[in-house]
Amino acid sequence: MDVTIKITDREGTLHEVQAPTDMNMNIMELVRAYELAPEGTIGVCGGMAMCASCQCYVLNDVALPEMGDDEEAMLSEAFFVRSNSRLGCQIHITEELDGLEIELAPEY
Amino acid sequence: MIETDILIIGAGPTGLFTVFEAGLLKLKCHIIDALPQPGGQLAELYPKKPIFDIPGYPSVLAGDLVTNLMEQIKQFQPGFTLNEKAETIEKQEDGTFIVTTDKGTAHHCKAVAIAGGLGSFEPRKPLIEDIEFYEDKGVEYFVKDPELFRDKRIVIAGGGDSALDWSIFLANVASEVTLIHRRNEFRGALDSVEKVQELKHAGKIRLITPAEVTGLNGAEHLESIDIDENGAHRNIKTDYFIPLFGLSPKLGAIANWGLEIEKNAIKVDNSLDYQTNIEGIYAIGDVNTYPGKLKLILCGFHEATLMCQSVYNKLNPGKKYVLKYTTVSGVDGFDGTRKEAEKAVVKSID
Repeated sequence: MDVTIKITDREGTLHEVQAPTDMNMNIMELVRAYELAPEGTIGVCGGMAMCASCQCYVLNDVALPEMGDDEEAMLSEAFFVRSNSRLGCQIHITEELDGLEIELAPEY
Repeated sequence: MIETDILIIGAGPTGLFTVFEAGLLKLKCHIIDALPQPGGQLAELYPKKPIFDIPGYPSVLAGDLVTNLMEQIKQFQPGFTLNEKAETIEKQEDGTFIVTTDKGTAHHCKAVAIAGGLGSFEPRKPLIEDIEFYEDKGVEYFVKDPELFRDKRIVIAGGGDSALDWSIFLANVASEVTLIHRRNEFRGALDSVEKVQELKHAGKIRLITPAEVTGLNGAEHLESIDIDENGAHRNIKTDYFIPLFGLSPKLGAIANWGLEIEKNAIKVDNSLDYQTNIEGIYAIGDVNTYPGKLKLILCGFHEATLMCQSVYNKLNPGKKYVLKYTTVSGVDGFDGTRKEAEKAVVKSID
């Protein structure tokens, strides 16, 4: 089944998109699939929690997978980090994510 | 002036494999890369990560793939201009090119293959006011020459391998080494973390965590930095500040070469030979785009192979050539080596 996720891009435009839960996708890949950020500005490391180009801010209270050591370490070196920052590549799309609202962090 | 047939920009897997395919066609290659070592992202970002989609390798570490590619191309004696970025390109009247780097190294070639991946890796600069003013006046983003820091006071910021490794190395060079990181945990090889711990106890590295550098001071040259240590302000006297927050790729000067760019990538003719809108300049691997493009190493290898055939045909118009199989023809290196399959033994049975 698909879930609905609201994504505010770096220009401030809100997009409501349908995300498949059966393709082993993550939020970074979802943003790329819908072309909500220019190629080369997101998912630079391919999704290994090594570049923070997919940093996003979680705007509502949806149960997300816990942060792993890699993600925590990367965010500790990233810029524009807030208390609600996550790396999109570390959030896999599951049914629990339905209704999630996120905003993409500025490009750096 | 460095002379070569194909000048490859980018020493990632696609760039390296180009040397092999060109070599089979007796074309000589030279590679420019912004990083000090070949391998591109594989060496810089994820040398210890396994790759599972290289044909014939159920699993190969990125670093090992680079080592193997270097071994595979050794016989074709590629030249390297490392630690330099391709800056300008001038097309000559005879159709050849002169490509010059940011350090002034000039390369004369018959064709250019841009295999630049996502671009050249540039340091991610921390968001500190006036940091540009202090660049080359106390702020360094790379440790190019450790001697610069001999008997100086230095502050390193960052929590990854480079911050740890350089803190360890410079502990025996600089008069004072301070390592600052936003949290108490470091993401680096375990033995590096332990070594820093040891040097801290020995009084050779001062560790300040969790803390962040918030300001830089000094009239002509950096004299001190401001830090926020758990909410408290501190000022530390230092001669150098080395922020090591990783590298991010930028297309850089190549974006101004008059090439058609789409989605941060270079448009090429994928129906033929991956040539760009400028004759003689090709783009292969992750740096190019065309309908259906996939950024995969294996696609880069394929693109490199077709591109080399195209260069050969352009440089040798009318010269008949058919594709040869290495299994049949063997491989003749430019270094005089020859690799070939053993001949079958033909004997009669009585």
